[in-house]
Amino acid sequence: MIHNVVKANAYFDSVTLMLFSSRLNEIEGIQQAAVMMGTDHNKELMKNSGILNLETASKASSNDLIIGIKAISQEVIDLALKALNDQFENKSKATPGSEKKTFKSFESALKQTPDLNFAVISIPGRYAKNEVMKCLRNNINVLLFSDNVSIDDENELKTFAVKNQLLMMGPDCGTAIINGVSLGFSNVVKHGNIGLVAASGTGLQEVTVIIDRLGGGISQALGTGGRDLKEAIGGKMMLMALEALNSDDKTEVIGMISKPPSKIVLERIIKLVKTFKKPVVACFLGAESSDFDGSGVYTSETLESAANALFALSTGQDPELINHETKKPNLQLPKENSGKYVRGLYTGGTLAYEAILVLKHQQIVSYSNISSDPVYLLKDVEKSHEHTIIDMGEDYFTDGMPHPMIDPRLRSERILKEVADPETAIILLDCVLGYGSHLDPAGALVLAINKALSQATHPLTFIASVCGTPSDPQNRIEQESKLRSAGVIVMDTNAQAAKLASYLIARRLD
Amino acid sequence: MPLKNNLFKSSLSVINIGLETFYDTLSEQKTKVIHFEWRPSAGGDVKLAEILSSLSQDRISLANQKAFEIFNQAEPVLTDIKYAKDVIPGIDRYTVGHAGPPIAWEQMCGPLQGAILGAVVYEGVANNLDEALQLVLLGKIKFVSNHALGCVGPMTGMVTYSMPLWEVKNTTFGNVAYSTLNEGLGKVMRFGANGPDVIARLKWIETELAPALKKALAQSGPISMKVMIAKALAMGDEMHQRNAGATSLFIREIMKHLVSVVDNKEALFRITEFISGNDQFFLNLAMASGKAITDPAKNIPYSTVVTAMSRNGTNFGIKISALGDQWFEAPVNNPKGLYFPGYSEKDANPDIGDSAIVETFGIGGFAMGASPAVVRFVGASSVSEAMAYSREMQDICIGLSPHYVIPTMDFVGVATAIDALKVVETGILPVINTGMAHKSPGIGQVGAGIVKAPLGCFIKAIQAFNDNLTRSI
Repeated sequence: MIHNVVKANAYFDSVTLMLFSSRLNEIEGIQQAAVMMGTDHNKELMKNSGILNLETASKASSNDLIIGIKAISQEVIDLALKALNDQFENKSKATPGSEKKTFKSFESALKQTPDLNFAVISIPGRYAKNEVMKCLRNNINVLLFSDNVSIDDENELKTFAVKNQLLMMGPDCGTAIINGVSLGFSNVVKHGNIGLVAASGTGLQEVTVIIDRLGGGISQALGTGGRDLKEAIGGKMMLMALEALNSDDKTEVIGMISKPPSKIVLERIIKLVKTFKKPVVACFLGAESSDFDGSGVYTSETLESAANALFALSTGQDPELINHETKKPNLQLPKENSGKYVRGLYTGGTLAYEAILVLKHQQIVSYSNISSDPVYLLKDVEKSHEHTIIDMGEDYFTDGMPHPMIDPRLRSERILKEVADPETAIILLDCVLGYGSHLDPAGALVLAINKALSQATHPLTFIASVCGTPSDPQNRIEQESKLRSAGVIVMDTNAQAAKLASYLIARRLD
Repeated sequence: MPLKNNLFKSSLSVINIGLETFYDTLSEQKTKVIHFEWRPSAGGDVKLAEILSSLSQDRISLANQKAFEIFNQAEPVLTDIKYAKDVIPGIDRYTVGHAGPPIAWEQMCGPLQGAILGAVVYEGVANNLDEALQLVLLGKIKFVSNHALGCVGPMTGMVTYSMPLWEVKNTTFGNVAYSTLNEGLGKVMRFGANGPDVIARLKWIETELAPALKKALAQSGPISMKVMIAKALAMGDEMHQRNAGATSLFIREIMKHLVSVVDNKEALFRITEFISGNDQFFLNLAMASGKAITDPAKNIPYSTVVTAMSRNGTNFGIKISALGDQWFEAPVNNPKGLYFPGYSEKDANPDIGDSAIVETFGIGGFAMGASPAVVRFVGASSVSEAMAYSREMQDICIGLSPHYVIPTMDFVGVATAIDALKVVETGILPVINTGMAHKSPGIGQVGAGIVKAPLGCFIKAIQAFNDNLTRSI
């Protein structure tokens, strides 16, 4: 039985709607349900999943909200509609006492808040350019969370921003800490003298979190978006951010985090940072450290070692004199664990990438959906092959679904699948905390792990690290103990977790 | 080099555009943050959004400022009552002026057709409705949009040869605008009724009421509509759905002159009974004032200010300044509101009437916050919701009126001079307070409520505006 409702001129953002949809699907008796804005793309999706009749499709426009429900009976449909209505009402009801300042027009917002100096923009990418430009023209710095912005538009926006000495972080920039304020997906860390600029969100999160754990603090953590260091953009935002950090008197040490830049961009960066008096640490994951020979830049191969080096420098020590080599743990995989391979299921893209590099360093090559080597690109993302590290925040998984850092469902399903595979020996996980993330990612993992283990044919080893601090809303200490109580080995950092996995596999091979 | 305005040394003041969770986390951190309820600009039309952002803002905002000032400089004054045959060029007994943009007979809704048949009988060129219909079908009757005649009329808006019209002059610019006299409530031609009693009442208006008012006005001299409208806002009128205060003010002004110029006591009683028995008597004066205020703002190059909004029961039409008298149309919406007992939404005719001219200059729905008494009637559930409507209209207007203020909202001026660009950009639609006609001719009013202008006509206007610019470059 299919039921459609169209609410004319009711706009909700897609993440809200996806959460609503997922709650609808949890209702017993619902076969399929979705709540979406009536764009052509969405209508196609709903039609294909058999929950949209043609009449509704022709009548709803992109400004209308469509509810599509397929259920076993009319009672279930009524129940679902009622549940949905409650959610809409809750959403439109302001929490008592909290005076939320909302505006329907940008001009009015600007007029009534003349001191605006920062914008967080997370609207669908194809609409983003106009809004970003409006902000920049009004001297408002931008964190552009949206993806699906063309590289030409990015270039145009960044050229304008640089000319006006404004930040244009993104597109696809998820993390920043500015003047002590955590923006987007970021953690609550101590203030300090370390300034960071990163082309990667979870990379930035991991480094700030490790610095915090070591006792150091952050002055500013800036993002550039993932494509900034490609030749087409030329590192515009990275270069400007570096200059801004260099002239910031609260920043004494500077760190850069990214995948390897294009050659020309790298040369520009080296040329610039050579003029700095402040020490600079580069963590270009996967780059050759020889690229920096003679530049005076400290290099590091993992996010963890970058954080270590930055912390050492921030306290006046020479990072190269400090030995961070961890002792090899005296652990073995249980004999009954008949599996052979590591399966990494990540919500953080850079954490996944770091894991691939760490494994490679220990001579374990892994297949992945984000491998830089085409030979090791997974052919079927849904199926692991030998050692496999998956970034579940990659487009394939997030098309029409919330990011796994917000919504753990997809990863939970994948855990079930990996556990059912007799070749799986170790499941390697991240657990990202902070503002923006799921309120209890460890709890969600534990649920999935327990369910998986109850169906498992052989014992498996789970290794995880928690990217967060005790001050985060989710509280790192509590999250770690949740994982431990479910039998998960919890390491301090992602690099250590990956390293442990590689030791265990190597020992098995010995 | 440090960032602009030394960002790292300033405290953040953030605007969140998009996901509300980011707003929540910022306010959790006690950061100064506002939330912009973003909607796809131009209703999600990316191409149109690009047009919007490519338009040269400086030239347009200068032109719109000019239109806004013309609105504000207006001095609408009631000067006289004239007969259509004497002031409307080319009008004859076979011409029928109607509300809204031009429309063919076949496309007209029931009430409009009903009113036209009644109007033809009223003019005496047909003896009954059947004969009137024959004339229409033979193509003998000419239909003209009231705005093209310099007139406005509520609901079906019938304007014909013999009808008396209010004359309102904008003394700042010298232009005049006309409107019909309000027929009262119940079965009336503006709601499509066309029986003998309806026509008899119109004849009485023509032959007894109008001559008396004309004489009274000759004695009183011009009456400032600007002052009366401003005073009535303070009396709880928004002057579309509620005109009780304004009508009383008008009666106070005109009564001594009526008493002085009408000799026959019975006639005087009929006239005063008619005027004071109709709370909406002033509506037509507010409408003529609206047209007198907005007309001078037509034809300002580069201005996207709306100079007219009107509906013919099938389509909603707007004009924007730069494009003069060109109509931009989209299908009308159905009003939402309360129904008289025995009627429901399925009886209601879609939105109709020239009366949205009052919203065009900032009263009616735009001044809902001034009128606590009507908010329930027009579908707003609380006074604060009505105020929210008035506030929201600020987002699509060039500015606030210095003359027409809302006492209940700390004397803030009504939002005035709607910018079609802002409507398209924000998706916020002008809100109009309106009566609802029965969809069958001859029945009359079935309720009242609010209705929004359809986005489509604003989009068409902006597209044409852009095409026009591109051509002229």
